[in-house]
Amino acid sequence: MSGRAELLLAIADDELILGWRDSEWTGIAPFLEEDVAFSSIAQNEVGHARALYELAARDLGTTADELAFDRRPEEYRCAQLVELRLPGWEHTIARHVLYEQADAERLERLRASDDAEIAGLAAKIDREEVYHRLHAEMWLERLKGEPRFTAALDELRPLAEAVLDPSLRDGHTPELAELLEEMTSVRRSQPAGTTW
Amino acid sequence: MIYEVFRQERKGQAFQHAGSIEAPDEHFAQWYAREQYGRRGESEALWVVERGAILRIDDFVDELNRNYHRVDGYPLKEKLKEARERASRAAAGDR
Amino acid sequence: MTQREQEFLEYVQGGGQVEAGDWMPDQYRARLRKFIEMHGNSELMGVLPEREWILRAPTLQRKLALTAKVQDEVGHAQLIYRVVEDLGKPREQCLEDLISGKSKFHNVFHYPTKTWGDVGVIAWLVDAAAIISQKALLKCSYAPYARIMKKICWEESFHILHGRDVVLTLMNGTDDQRELVQEALNRWWGPLMQFHGNPIAADEDPMVIWRIKSQGNDEARQQFLDGYVPQIWELGLTVPDPKLGKDEESGRWHYTEPDWDELMQVVTGHGPRTQDRLDLRRAARENSAWVRSVLLAEAA
Repeated sequence: MSGRAELLLAIADDELILGWRDSEWTGIAPFLEEDVAFSSIAQNEVGHARALYELAARDLGTTADELAFDRRPEEYRCAQLVELRLPGWEHTIARHVLYEQADAERLERLRASDDAEIAGLAAKIDREEVYHRLHAEMWLERLKGEPRFTAALDELRPLAEAVLDPSLRDGHTPELAELLEEMTSVRRSQPAGTTW
Repeated sequence: MIYEVFRQERKGQAFQHAGSIEAPDEHFAQWYAREQYGRRGESEALWVVERGAILRIDDFVDELNRNYHRVDGYPLKEKLKEARERASRAAAGDR
Repeated sequence: MTQREQEFLEYVQGGGQVEAGDWMPDQYRARLRKFIEMHGNSELMGVLPEREWILRAPTLQRKLALTAKVQDEVGHAQLIYRVVEDLGKPREQCLEDLISGKSKFHNVFHYPTKTWGDVGVIAWLVDAAAIISQKALLKCSYAPYARIMKKICWEESFHILHGRDVVLTLMNGTDDQRELVQEALNRWWGPLMQFHGNPIAADEDPMVIWRIKSQGNDEARQQFLDGYVPQIWELGLTVPDPKLGKDEESGRWHYTEPDWDELMQVVTGHGPRTQDRLDLRRAARENSAWVRSVLLAEAA
């Protein structure tokens, strides 16, 4: 697999899995206005993943859906930070803050890429991420005095480095396999290539 | 706090009241209004205002019947009829 | 009825609308608020049967569409509870009454979703039944509610498109996929027929009398059958009611009388998934109570 495809998959997998986790809050977020808002963030993340997969898919001779759904857990290249199931809002927002910070830097580097397609897509994604960063900052401002939140930040911070530096990605948590199992349960019920 | 949202559907149109949201401050209010009233690209622009900042006026006084402000203060029909008849009599008289 | 109430009744029956701060008869305000609150509860509870499938959507497009649909429903709950709050009942109180079982939500949201077939059938037919009821609210005598109904109806139309797309894709797919749709339809038909409520004559229905809604229950059901049974049959699907058919002369559909006892049982909190879902709501609310306190504390 080319370096370009590897790079794209690492980011796409991050966005896909994070988007999947963030979408778990749709319907049960702390209050209704935030529920709507956070669901948009989750959808944007999945949308970013899709765009990145589409680029990689052309290189690899496959489709975005096949890349998103049909690989084995060990073939995914996401950072462990995004795999964790975090049912507490303090952890979800802590992850959101840490991920957005790392992702901002990552996107800045990509926007400067010699590869015009990657640079172009990174610029588009970044224009949406501006809003995600605003959202994360808003919540950070509100929660920074809360001990359970600062504890969550401390707990998750070590995992944030791998977002920016894929060489630090060393295998997956068991949670990824569980997530993928559920995520693919409908899709696997019919032969590969079935249209849904 | 409650924030009222006014929405402009297309450029050039008036902003119309679209609804309200509850938010802890204006940063959250902007985020929530943008999503609730714009995520499907349905709005050109939004005005978001804290409810307490809106001054409501619904008492209008007209005790002495200011009919000069209304159409019924200008009873033209009879006068026009009279003026037309006078003009046509004058024209007939000239011949 | 007092003179003032009588004048109000004539005003709304003549098409007049009122706003939040206007005078309204106590019985109008009470019925109105209860009706709107039940609608808000239904949108909020309606989220739960569908959100499980967000996590299992089989393509990225379906994932996005379904998440957006459920998001819309949360958005509708937000719009509706704001209207209830401006009528005097705070959102927190509405949520407490919902969770404790004191207030109700529509029958369809008390039932389980078992397969991806349910996802298609719900978005196509349950949302269709809902949109018929919602269109009958567009001219509600209470203007703030009428206004949000416009946005709600517009968004619901996307849901039906999504539902149709899911169903048609399944029907054009494998035998198993077609079976998913038929099996889901078999389970959902009963609740769908009960959805619009017992047959009360429109002129005896307080909701119609006060012009809160402009259509009686039976009329809504007939409209649903007229619009959607042909769509069901043209796909080769069957409806699990041997008596279902249209009388060509009268234009009215006849069917096996729905089980009104079941409807009563379900909406009073005894549906197959009622307790589970209320428990989930309660747990979610309790787990995030600290978030709301933190936000309120600083919003002085």
